[in-house]
Amino acid sequence: MGMFTAPQQTDPCDSLPPAMTAGGGRSSLRRQKRTAVNRQSDSDREREQATWAALLIRIRDHRDEAAFAALFSHFAPRLKGFLIRSGADAAQAEECVQEVMTTLWQKAALFDPERASAATWLFTIARNKRIDLLRRARRPEPEDLPWGPEPDPDQAEMLGLQQETEALGSAVAALPPKQRDLIHKAYFGEMTHSEIAAETGLPLGTIKSRIRLALDRLRHAMDGKNER
Amino acid sequence: MTEINHHLTESLVMGYAAGTLPEAVNLIVAAHVSMCDTCRAAVEAHEALGGALLDDTDAVAMDDGALQRALDAVRGADPEPRPIRVAEPDPIVPAPLADYIGGGLDDVRWRPLGMGVKQAILPTAPGATARLLFIPAGTAVPDHGHNGLELTLVLQGAFSDEGGRYARGDVEVADGDTEHMPVADISADCICLAVTDAPLKFHGVLPRLLQPLFRI
Repeated sequence: MGMFTAPQQTDPCDSLPPAMTAGGGRSSLRRQKRTAVNRQSDSDREREQATWAALLIRIRDHRDEAAFAALFSHFAPRLKGFLIRSGADAAQAEECVQEVMTTLWQKAALFDPERASAATWLFTIARNKRIDLLRRARRPEPEDLPWGPEPDPDQAEMLGLQQETEALGSAVAALPPKQRDLIHKAYFGEMTHSEIAAETGLPLGTIKSRIRLALDRLRHAMDGKNER
Repeated sequence: MTEINHHLTESLVMGYAAGTLPEAVNLIVAAHVSMCDTCRAAVEAHEALGGALLDDTDAVAMDDGALQRALDAVRGADPEPRPIRVAEPDPIVPAPLADYIGGGLDDVRWRPLGMGVKQAILPTAPGATARLLFIPAGTAVPDHGHNGLELTLVLQGAFSDEGGRYARGDVEVADGDTEHMPVADISADCICLAVTDAPLKFHGVLPRLLQPLFRI
């Protein structure tokens, strides 16, 4: 659990975990892992998701520029690919990614690792920017839960959520190409919504109940506090 | 919290998470999710899927110097503080809807539709229309079918139709195959948020004549 410990030193460049210093070769590594399905690679992927979340927390708590650079190297090109597939041209996508990454820095305090992975949180920021950019419409957000996010995330909850997300990622990667393409299209706005989740059999039920449990647990904790 | 029996469909949840729905549909989804933990969890699950897809997307190289540009931008940008706890929710109007009304129920500018029924159309981008409906206790809305999608979220009171009984927080999803005549409970006036992506087809001459006038 060492990677979740807040670094004591103040120099951001010294506070990167060893795995993150060699950022350049990671994406080719990921592609290889997708084809070699075995237990070892799955646990690597879990560690990877948890690491992204830990980096985000470092930005939140320490304004860690090296953590920002590592997240940028991994996610910015993917965000650009996502936005181009959604109908933005290269210049718009480039600009939009800059906005997403700046938002990540400014709103890092809103990141709740018990409820979302770093990839999920970035996806929601990029989705909202895309709607502003391409459709010039609003996307109202639900009312915040009355008890808000917990100030100190429970490490086990956080790791559990990151693992669930990783399992979902593995499931997406393992889909037959046609189904995988279909679900990408639904999320990139290339086609209207449909019952794709049901057809592809993704383990949404699992992650749904997982999040539900976390919400229930938090709510009970808050009820207990209110009764006093 | 009241028990909710009628939820969003999977495709609406997915469309909201993916960001592919018209604004008015986003509004009714956000309003329902504000009251419904089940659908909130479903939206978050679909957002997690969006995150997995983002990770799975083919990368497109950023321009030279993009990281340096981003670093320069964030160095000048102060992080926003952790938000403080939000106020108690309004008992009738969920926060996303209050934004469109510009306040609470007292601020709604109703227009009469006859028989005590009132409506207020909310300003949204084209593609679908959102309106608040006020149906006096015991009143029936004329029998009608649909050209497209009609979503109805109950905010106060209850109504019943062929699909069952709908109370606060319940959302009815009616499509082109649905023909129904909603009747408000006799116990209380019913206030709903209704979203349509096509004009309704009313049976009977009078409502059809009224249709262009009232933009139902």
